[in-house]
Amino acid sequence: MNGNPQLNRNGELQHLLTLEGLPRANIEHILDTAESFVSIAEREVKKVPLLRGKSIFNLFFENSTRTRTTFEIAAKRLSADVINLNIGASSTSKGETVLDTIDNLSAMLADMFVVRHAQSGAAHMIAAHLNATARPYIHVINAGDGRHAHPTQGLLDLFTIRHYKKEFSQLTVAIVGDVLHSRVARSLIHGLTTLGTPEVRVVGPNTLIPAAAANLGVRVFNDMQEGVRNCDVVVMLRLQNERMRGALLPSAGEFFKHYGLTEEKLALAKSDAIVMHPGPMNRGVEIDSPVADGKHSVILPQVTFGIAVRMAVMGILAGS
Amino acid sequence: MRGTDNLPKAEDLLAALAVQMQGAIAFDARLVGIHSGGAWLAERLSAMLEGDHPFGTMDVSFYRDDYNTVGLKPKVRRTQLPFDVEGARLVLIDDVLYTGRSVRAALNELFDYGRPASVELAVLVDRGGRELPIEPTYCGERVTVADDRNVVLHRAGDGRLSLGLEPAGQP
Repeated sequence: MNGNPQLNRNGELQHLLTLEGLPRANIEHILDTAESFVSIAEREVKKVPLLRGKSIFNLFFENSTRTRTTFEIAAKRLSADVINLNIGASSTSKGETVLDTIDNLSAMLADMFVVRHAQSGAAHMIAAHLNATARPYIHVINAGDGRHAHPTQGLLDLFTIRHYKKEFSQLTVAIVGDVLHSRVARSLIHGLTTLGTPEVRVVGPNTLIPAAAANLGVRVFNDMQEGVRNCDVVVMLRLQNERMRGALLPSAGEFFKHYGLTEEKLALAKSDAIVMHPGPMNRGVEIDSPVADGKHSVILPQVTFGIAVRMAVMGILAGS
Repeated sequence: MRGTDNLPKAEDLLAALAVQMQGAIAFDARLVGIHSGGAWLAERLSAMLEGDHPFGTMDVSFYRDDYNTVGLKPKVRRTQLPFDVEGARLVLIDDVLYTGRSVRAALNELFDYGRPASVELAVLVDRGGRELPIEPTYCGERVTVADDRNVVLHRAGDGRLSLGLEPAGQP
């Protein structure tokens, strides 16, 4: 793998693997394009013919009904044909390698793969394989790989922040909770940094903050009150129970007491702060119900914007 | 070269176009301008024409037939139609009519908003070269331009419109 396998020779996006190192111009192109896709959802016919005749394969080696559904809706609103493969239940359990799966599906004339995998770097490997075998016209979107990246979630978070706050140059953003296991947090941090956000904070107990967090250019807070004080944006992360290994936390109740977002803690942020969450939420663990349903919450608009952002990514990739 | 670089003045053509349209378009006609030149014209015509003729704007990028060869352009605008398309009498407005492919894309997009009662077409200049059976209802002027040139509408800071020639790039 040499250079940035996401971009072709003309600097156009060919695969979307990570926001790390993705130039500002590419990120802004995606966000601007998503803007015009938002209005399509408000029409009588919620579809445009852009990807008519293209086949998009959703390859979910790790389960995620919600993310897979949003990609499926995005592809269908672009008039593509969508094929969902629940890989866990098919070929890999029979012993086929990931790249053999990709080659087989490519032989069925796939135009794009949307890949979710528990292993960090899986989408990267697939994209490199397609590039190395002279099939650059097949595009790969990383829909989440291990703890590494979830670029479309990062982009929809950026889109949401831009929608409510207009620009990034004055913002303080706090990302709270299980940062250690969160590819969402990593993607968002890279995106926020590229777009010039002056202060990005990560807030949580040391057991849930990556040791190298400071290398990402963020400020680390162990105290939630200090962490959310005067913030414009508070991003709550899901406490990833299924990823917990060992005794990182005493209990979910203890976590809520210290790091759950309540109205009292939110009152320390700016009065017009927005609250975000990538979903699915654990009410009463990382976020209190009155906050999740309150006037600062933009959690459901995030979901709506997520479709437009994924349409933009697919539209830009398939045209490159 | 089969043409001349002496392009007519855009402001004169706009005035002529308004005269043609006045009284000819339906009393309740709505204007739909195609980005970006057509959108500027729709805004101006909406103010110039007597009666109530609201305008909307449309970016047809998602409906173009050259997406597979040229991809998505860098800046796609929002289509904004502040009226109901269903049953409406519409006048589609573009700056330059050439192959007819933009108009084809615009018609397809319009019908995803509803079924208009009628659609007419008004253009500032018609430079010939049609690749589809599309003709304008109202036209400022027919011009002859070399194949390797694009006719482009510009808008100055004070809102004044002018026509210019540019080398033709990608299709």
